[in-house]
Amino acid sequence: MAVPFVASMLPSERAKAAGAPVEVDISRLAPGEMMTVEWRGKPVWIINRTKEQLESLKKVADKLADPKSDKKMQPDYARNETRSIKPEILVAVGICTHLGCSPSEKFKTGAESGIDADWQGGFFCPCHGSTFDLAGRVYKSKPAPDNLEIPPHMYLGDAKLVIGEDKKA
Amino acid sequence: MSKMTSLLKGTLNWVDERFPLTSLWKEHLAEYYAPKNFNFWYFFGSLALLVLVLQIVTGIVLTMHFKPDASLNASGVPVAFASVEYIMRDVPWGWLIRYMHSTGASAFFFVVYMHMFRGMLYGSYRKPRELIWIFGMIIFLCLMAEAFFGYLLPWGQMSFWGAQVIVNLFSAIPFIGPDLSLWLRGDYVVGDATLNRFFAFHVIAVPMVLLGLVAAHVIALHEVGSNNPDGIEIKKKKDAQGIPLDGIPFHPYYTVKDIVGVVVFLMVFSVIVFFMPEFGGYFLEYNNFFPADPLVTPLHIAPVWYFTPYYSILRAVTYPLFGIDAKFWGVVAMGASTLIIALLPWLDRSPVKSIRYRGPLYKGFLAAFVVSFLILGYLGMLGPTPLRTIVAQICSVIYFAFFLLMPIYSSLDRCQPEPDRVSWK
Repeated sequence: MAVPFVASMLPSERAKAAGAPVEVDISRLAPGEMMTVEWRGKPVWIINRTKEQLESLKKVADKLADPKSDKKMQPDYARNETRSIKPEILVAVGICTHLGCSPSEKFKTGAESGIDADWQGGFFCPCHGSTFDLAGRVYKSKPAPDNLEIPPHMYLGDAKLVIGEDKKA
Repeated sequence: MSKMTSLLKGTLNWVDERFPLTSLWKEHLAEYYAPKNFNFWYFFGSLALLVLVLQIVTGIVLTMHFKPDASLNASGVPVAFASVEYIMRDVPWGWLIRYMHSTGASAFFFVVYMHMFRGMLYGSYRKPRELIWIFGMIIFLCLMAEAFFGYLLPWGQMSFWGAQVIVNLFSAIPFIGPDLSLWLRGDYVVGDATLNRFFAFHVIAVPMVLLGLVAAHVIALHEVGSNNPDGIEIKKKKDAQGIPLDGIPFHPYYTVKDIVGVVVFLMVFSVIVFFMPEFGGYFLEYNNFFPADPLVTPLHIAPVWYFTPYYSILRAVTYPLFGIDAKFWGVVAMGASTLIIALLPWLDRSPVKSIRYRGPLYKGFLAAFVVSFLILGYLGMLGPTPLRTIVAQICSVIYFAFFLLMPIYSSLDRCQPEPDRVSWK
């Protein structure tokens, strides 16, 4: 008896059907820049990381909760040191794995970032203070339990990125 | 004149033969005997009823103009957000009705917190009033749900991200959590489906439950009779007619006295509504004047003031336990901090009810509890820093110690003897 009433509150067929893949042109994304696109109502960040920023990923590894991305927060093709297909381009869902706020970018390094003197650049969640590195990996002893999610994505050509679909098929 | 009177009497008789009008009037007002020593603290029950009526009346008018729709209008603003602006700018007197409703929400919590604290001061939850207390606690929980659902409706930045965080709290529950939050949201993100159902909960489901509970609360109270600042039972000393010696009829004595409370309350309420409706960002938060943006979280997010003590307790839990994330235990601690209040009738083992005759142990614990509750509330409005987290942890421990140690300290306490009859202090 209660089933129809309870089940009517689940996502509707339309809500399930929404969430088509998004195509993005990243040809103008200069090194060190970040852009945000909307996919399934969530912010997806695309970051073109500089060489120094990529270097920083190794420096912070021992402060992270899951530096090798063992937990399944990314497709297998992004389970590497940079958590990406192209080393410099990070594509990540900008939603904190704690309670779903969107962290803010803190690309400035050191004390200037307002976080700490050793800060190598990354993201800071304003809600409960979780911090992430430039590959979306969460720092240890923070409220967020997991690294940021890497959505399925693929490249159609050099500068055309598709988010929400990959070549598995 | 006598014709008029007999016509009225005839009508009343006609009704009384079909509906217990006169006997209800007598039972609940004219011949409901309340202790004669009620003090200032006893205003808050009737004030809560007044605010409930205010919220329902202003709420009905607001639903005539509000649109629970998250889609964007022609100028790119969410329809729900735009409809609130429309109420504020274009609907005749809309600004007043809306400010009364938003100020009413905060007033409701203030009045209910005072009402609950009165119960704690004078032991109003003790036998035989346990059920009144339980009904009251369920009213309090419904009120929190009502406030939470209502807060999403203006579809501002704080509305959106507050709902996002609170709905995600449920995802911390092992196994069923993620599906539960999906079910609550009705979509993979907080969106139109969420807004629409929160509207349904806010205007129909929760208010109906609330009204039923308020009726149960009052009926249970009138069954056992009111407590009083001395915490003694006036029904133990009755006159020849069976009327308590220390009781006076609620009407006209307390109906008239409550009018004084109502006037003072409405004076303060009007000052806020007319001169400081945002109350410095505590009643209406500044970030909520921006339409919801699912891509950007405001840099500072905090719940409205009446939720901040529990929010602090949530954040204070930072240790994982039994292999489950700290996130889950934070949610458990927050839930427990509200539910544990309902257990007071069984935690309190003191031989006396009222604070007037309790010993130093209880008074000390109560003072520590009040201070830690206020500090937790203050910290909940601020962003987290390591020092603040430690302070919140200490206060959370005091908060729970007040309840969990109560069976011990309340029975060990050195109490004074209660008087036979109520006193004037």
